[in-house]
Amino acid sequence: MASTVENPTNIPEHCPGTDSANAGKASACAGCPNQQICASGPAGPDPGIQLVKERLEQVRNKVLVLSGKGGVGKSTVTAMLSRSLAARDKDSNVAVLDIDICGPSQPRVMGVLNEQVHQSGSGWSPVYVDDNLSVMSIGFLLSSPDDAVIWRGPKKNGMIRQFLSEVDWGNLDYLLMDTPPGTSDEHLSASTYLSQAGLTGAVIVTTPQEVALLDVRKEIDFCKKVKIRVLGVVENMSIFVCPCCKRLSEIFPATTGGAKKMCEELNVPFLGSLPLDPTVARYCDEGKDFISELPNSPVVQALGEIVKKLVMVCESREE
Amino acid sequence: MYLKLTRRKFLDCPGTNSEDAGKSEACQGCPNQGICSTGIPVAPDSDMEAIRERMSTIKNKIIILSGKGGVGKSTVSTQLAFTLSRDKNIEVGLLDIDICGPSIPLTLGLQGEQVHCSGSGWQPVFVSENLCAMSIGFLLPRADEPVIWRGPKKNGLIRQFLREVEWGSLEYLLIDAPPGTSDEHLSIVQLLKEDLTGAVVVATPQSISLLDVRKEINFCKKVGLPLIGVVENMSGFVCQHCKKSSELFTSSEGGAERMASAMGCPFLGRISVDPRVGRCTDSGLSYVDAYEDQPVAVQFLSLAKSISFF
Repeated sequence: MASTVENPTNIPEHCPGTDSANAGKASACAGCPNQQICASGPAGPDPGIQLVKERLEQVRNKVLVLSGKGGVGKSTVTAMLSRSLAARDKDSNVAVLDIDICGPSQPRVMGVLNEQVHQSGSGWSPVYVDDNLSVMSIGFLLSSPDDAVIWRGPKKNGMIRQFLSEVDWGNLDYLLMDTPPGTSDEHLSASTYLSQAGLTGAVIVTTPQEVALLDVRKEIDFCKKVKIRVLGVVENMSIFVCPCCKRLSEIFPATTGGAKKMCEELNVPFLGSLPLDPTVARYCDEGKDFISELPNSPVVQALGEIVKKLVMVCESREE
Repeated sequence: MYLKLTRRKFLDCPGTNSEDAGKSEACQGCPNQGICSTGIPVAPDSDMEAIRERMSTIKNKIIILSGKGGVGKSTVSTQLAFTLSRDKNIEVGLLDIDICGPSIPLTLGLQGEQVHCSGSGWQPVFVSENLCAMSIGFLLPRADEPVIWRGPKKNGLIRQFLREVEWGSLEYLLIDAPPGTSDEHLSIVQLLKEDLTGAVVVATPQSISLLDVRKEINFCKKVGLPLIGVVENMSGFVCQHCKKSSELFTSSEGGAERMASAMGCPFLGRISVDPRVGRCTDSGLSYVDAYEDQPVAVQFLSLAKSISFF
């Protein structure tokens, strides 16, 4: 007789984390292929968590840039936010940490593709884009940008731990962390290692269509589950202005009301929308600073408003 | 002192079940190394036999990949599945191995459907008589329930999908992968090995996309996965108002066609931007059925033809 597969018997509840004191021992672990390995390893909190806390003590605001969905513009928006934050106040220090191990885009988007990382006694030095803007990415550590990083979860987690505990950022006002799509190893590791360091919150990026919002809702739920504050949602590629006739088109139709409606339903702040501007896309490809070179672009105007709201939200938490 | 990861660090995991587990050069520095190298005898993988048997009734197993997210893998997989299954004599299956972001239930219009389990295995969910699918999306209590799993658990589900789903006789099994070159990709290649017919790699014209797509092509070459070819999606947009065309995602390096040629990989063609593709994707409809005479439908038909000739 047919039955419904609702909870396949050997797929348990949420993993407590391979580093958790309960690793391999929680009821959730029953049936997991890794159970024996986790249970036999050393239990207890990862010393890396304390290292990360110490390292990031001088970073005022730590912001994760997330999206359940790929290709919505996380890296582009991270770069845009960081450039904008650095430009509006030359006395504030801003940095970008790229924890997308398989698809690191920040070196290209920030225009520092072939730079190298220096190591000193106080740690790894990030690559400077400007006096008050720096970047760290696995992209800088590859011999060639075409090298595929074919790593399973544990190795990626190790790299993220190193990035968070060994990069010598100095005093920072904002550290923006660009993540890969999904809700997996990188996201769990980042939230675990940052748990004691005081994560300000997450900015979620989406495009208007339902196929993107489907994944973004999961991401927002993930944030609630691991207790990360959602600072707000940015809707990217919301509208396209034809360069010929200047009329508007919806490339990715908001069949279910777009990000604004989703934010109302889930009671999270809506930070704003960014239109699709091919010139901006090209500038990102070439690693150019479109904020200073295209100040009149609708994207730059919209970005200014989003950054204002973001700064307000971050500073309200500090009070 | 300059920091550069040595070539050694990028060698791939041999697999925890492999004889080289923990002993290969690639294992150095891996947190699991000690455990893998304990010398506990590695039992032959009994699942492989079951997987081989399931796959034996499927003629073509094609994986749709991209290093980059959001280029349209799920859209292309879905529309390709719809297009191939227009011929009612051809049985098509679509397997969604994107565990964290499973889009296929939405793109095929099957949200809310459940998976039934019979004595002969898990039954895939049918869209039409000759088109069926399997996804973790069908197993979740709610569509917005996040799947917060680390690698080993994701691998476990992919293994289950391959072992338990009763596809029956299929002409094509299309496998929709998540972006990247990580657990899911390694698992599917290790579990299916020579059974995989080949890979279709989806790209967009932007350099930032091609950067990741090159890595994916190198991954395919490294693991011995035949490359059916590269498709350039979101290639060109015709404004519905003035009918002039523009590029949404321009490339300073000649787009996917030039990249494919430089990497010795076939180029399967372009798919232009049509907002109606987005609408079809969101509504679970076949674009080719709805807009047969449109340029993008012709492009999808051409892509299906190229694949059928591989």
